[in-house]
Amino acid sequence: MTQSAQQTARDGKDGNVLSRFLKATEIDTRLLGMVGALLLIWIGFHFYGMMKFGTGAFLTPRNLWNLSVQTASIGIMACGMVLVIVTRHIDLSVGSVLGFTAMIMGMVQVRWLPEVFGLGHPMIVVLTILVGLVLGAMVGALHGWLIAYRGIPAFIVTLGGLLVWRGMAFLVARGETISPVDSTFALLGGGPYGSVGALGSWIVGAICCAGVVFLIVNGRSQRRKFDFPLRPVWAEYFLAALGCGLIVGTVLLFNNYPWPIGIVRQYAAANDITLPEGGLFISHGFAIPVLILIAVGISMTILMTRTRFGRYVFAIGGNPDAALLAGIDVKWVTVKIFALMGFLTALAAIVASARLNSATNALGTLDELYVIAAAVIGGTSLAGGVGTIYGAILGALVMQSLKTGMVLIGFDAAIQNIVVGAVLVLAVYVDILYRKRSK
Amino acid sequence: MPANTGTPLVELRDISIAFGGIKAVDRVTVDLYPGEVVGLLGHNGAGKSTLIKCLSGAYRADAGEVFINGEKVEITNPRDARAHNIETIYQTLALADNLDAASNLFLGRELVTAAGFVDDARMEAETRKIMARLNPNFAKFNVPVSALSGGQRQSVAIARAVYFNARILIMDEPTAALGPHETQMVADLIQELKKQGIGIFLIEHDIHAVMDLCDRASVMKNGQLVGTVNVADVTDEDILGMIILGKKPGQAA
Ligand SMILES: Nc1ncnc2c1ncn2[C@@H]1O[C@H](COP(=O)(O)OP(=O)(O)OP(=O)(O)O)[C@@H](O)[C@H]1O
Ligand SMILES: [Mg+2]
Repeated sequence: MTQSAQQTARDGKDGNVLSRFLKATEIDTRLLGMVGALLLIWIGFHFYGMMKFGTGAFLTPRNLWNLSVQTASIGIMACGMVLVIVTRHIDLSVGSVLGFTAMIMGMVQVRWLPEVFGLGHPMIVVLTILVGLVLGAMVGALHGWLIAYRGIPAFIVTLGGLLVWRGMAFLVARGETISPVDSTFALLGGGPYGSVGALGSWIVGAICCAGVVFLIVNGRSQRRKFDFPLRPVWAEYFLAALGCGLIVGTVLLFNNYPWPIGIVRQYAAANDITLPEGGLFISHGFAIPVLILIAVGISMTILMTRTRFGRYVFAIGGNPDAALLAGIDVKWVTVKIFALMGFLTALAAIVASARLNSATNALGTLDELYVIAAAVIGGTSLAGGVGTIYGAILGALVMQSLKTGMVLIGFDAAIQNIVVGAVLVLAVYVDILYRKRSK
Repeated sequence: MPANTGTPLVELRDISIAFGGIKAVDRVTVDLYPGEVVGLLGHNGAGKSTLIKCLSGAYRADAGEVFINGEKVEITNPRDARAHNIETIYQTLALADNLDAASNLFLGRELVTAAGFVDDARMEAETRKIMARLNPNFAKFNVPVSALSGGQRQSVAIARAVYFNARILIMDEPTAALGPHETQMVADLIQELKKQGIGIFLIEHDIHAVMDLCDRASVMKNGQLVGTVNVADVTDEDILGMIILGKKPGQAA
């Protein structure tokens, strides 16, 4: 694939130590910038809290764990938004579609299915999720059809959708809040029971580390097979160590956040465990919504970089006419992109409503801004043709960090909105500057 | 010079297409035999590119018929054209700027692994092979084609048309951006493809290249066909006369 990482990596033989290092490891400078911004936000909020309240609440296992859960829903949608923006479209309706699908799923599992199966029947969760995902994909496909086959600009279709689906979400239950959701469904939103615990997290971590090592070894053998230039061996080791180090660090962090005492007591009582003195340390570990986000991120990365569909998405974004002349069915691909966006929005709706343990008709309000900002901060260019999934997820983490941080230090919603709006504009401006410079 | 008897490889019959009242192509008939190079000539805006786009599937003609090996075919999109082994080098090159040379070369026809994933390594290796033949100086395999020079981009477009074993090749000003050496290589390539029995429509403004490479030349003016001549039977002055005056040689002015 053509990624600016490779470009910067192979151009320019000389340069200082840093640029030689970046060249050898093929680390994207843009990625570095994003990570830098993220650390800056984290440290900034932490120290601001320290100065204002005496203790910094940001860089704690508890807050970072919560941050990971809150990022999941935006992150899942941001993965889909990458495809939409890469093909020079936009989707302003994701927040409303999230609200609508969450509302329908709420009705299905709380009002309709229990009457058929009885409360708590395992089929309820399965059918609810199925209905939600299919509905989301259909809403997205409808948008895509209007855009591709009827030639209405995506901006207009989804701006209309923003109002239509929010209105529908209200009509479904006349504005009532639907709660509580099915208890199994609620696990998908995280929380102590909706996390995989210490052992589970180590297993996830081990699988991820194995994946990192496999990618590096496999990439090297592929390059060797075709006599392409290889990275220096030390760079390969460095990347493997960095990747595994980050994974292990995350596992340690999340395993360091114990269940609250109340939940532990409840759990002990339910399982006839006598609490030892000083209580029990039960780790949260990875929350299920975070695992969903990781799975979505990996699948979408494979889709974008390793499949024909992904290649066509980039080609359409780079030059729609050329894609057409190369025999790509641009319209059909567009429908699929929006259907996928709708599907991922419904998945985000599952996570969001499960976390809230209820469906409200306002769920997802303003999410479109966070999602678009996440994709753009993550390097998806509004000019089309460029974007990465990992960038969008990092971007979602940046946006959610801003939001969480502002809540922690007591900024109200008005200021939060001002900051998010300004950051969105700033992110696009920085992107424009970046691309001008790298031309 | 092939003996033009039997069924033509391609026949475009009475093709017309208009854009908002302007007749870009007006009842034009041209044909092409295997192993033949037919030059399409005419001033800017004469309708050459538009005509060949009706064969490549980029446009649908308003009227007229297309025959391949004597059989009437419907070409409604670029995929149909590719299915008939028609490959096209567009004047605009039609490259996705954000993708690298290999991704462009295989766009729409990616090589995949047994598991169905795109096989970038193999595509790059194949691209290196064909570029070594077409433009040995080409070395920028891992950058988006937007980072290539005009001539390098043109090489990629040519490689794409040549790689897939076309039987009918359409070249719309293939050497417009090339240096003298690369232009000569394309001329050699055309001779080689001709020997393999491939039929080539060549749109070209350089009259000397036309005299060198083409067997016949069809001249267009204002969307209409002025006439088709055997290049061996006429001088470059005659062809220039056709382009400028819109009259066949020998016709009264
Ligand atoms: N998509 C289009 N929409 C409207 N008009 C068009 C379109 N394509 C071509 N035309 C018009 O059709 C006429 C023929 O254009 P065409 O591109 O076929 O010329 P050409 O012979 O290839 O010229 P050149 O030598 O400059 O490439 C021109 O008048 C042009 O303006
Ligand atoms: Mg032209």
